[in-house]
Amino acid sequence: MVMDRKNAVTRRTFFRTAGVLGATVAAGGLLGFPLSQTQAEDAAAPAAVDMDGLIAKQMGPGAIAMEKVTLDIPATAENAALVRMPIVVDHPMEANNFIQSVALFIDNNPSPLVAQFELTPEAGKVSLEFRSRMAKTSKVRVVAKSNTGKLYGLVKEIQVAAGGCAG
Amino acid sequence: MAEEIGSPKIRGPKDPVKKGELVEIKSLIKHPMESGLRKDKATDALIPAHFIESVVVEYGGKQVLKAAWSGAVSKDPFFSFFVKAEATGPLKMTWKDNKGQTFEASTTITVA
Repeated sequence: MVMDRKNAVTRRTFFRTAGVLGATVAAGGLLGFPLSQTQAEDAAAPAAVDMDGLIAKQMGPGAIAMEKVTLDIPATAENAALVRMPIVVDHPMEANNFIQSVALFIDNNPSPLVAQFELTPEAGKVSLEFRSRMAKTSKVRVVAKSNTGKLYGLVKEIQVAAGGCAG
Repeated sequence: MAEEIGSPKIRGPKDPVKKGELVEIKSLIKHPMESGLRKDKATDALIPAHFIESVVVEYGGKQVLKAAWSGAVSKDPFFSFFVKAEATGPLKMTWKDNKGQTFEASTTITVA
């Protein structure tokens, strides 16, 4: 195998690798096609970030209930440098039952953790808004944690219009 | 090319509000919010990170909300949120950037 020039997977080395893998799998009596297709997708995707791990680190462990959180914005961002992020969490803000922390993540940004908020019952309700830059089309995730450690979340795919500048 | 920085602004309710009312606070500050990942087009060198990393909101002297931001928050950041009006008092916001510079602004919430 000639892989000396650089570590980056070039088109040529990719097809060579895929070919070898395909041949290996075919020799084993399986179809090579699904494997090489998966590889092609991996090669096209950006460096994978362990979003589950990052969210667990920021918000604590546990299952995330996909409810109570809304992010009411269009599925396509017109200006990637200025994407409105209006976060609403439909949850009481009472002394012993409130949302303590809210974080917003953009998977395909160079640094996915965009902002994190710590709240108290004195906020009255969770309705926060700010603007974010998006490097490219990405999943946007919002995770909210209650004072008892319950997690609520939302995932929304936001398209970034072609030619958008992340600034 | 000195970029304008600071001039923090807060807008709360102009008129007195009822006790227990949830009031929206809107804020704006001038800041480049450089992520540290952007290149200067002329020199191809990375522009050093310079962004607001924390925003603290105090109402009646008590911290009610705190934000931790990254360089992915947009330039000249807008930020709005709610507080529960309990008593007449100041609502103060403090922005702090990664170079240690701080900015403050306040408004008064009047409970009728």
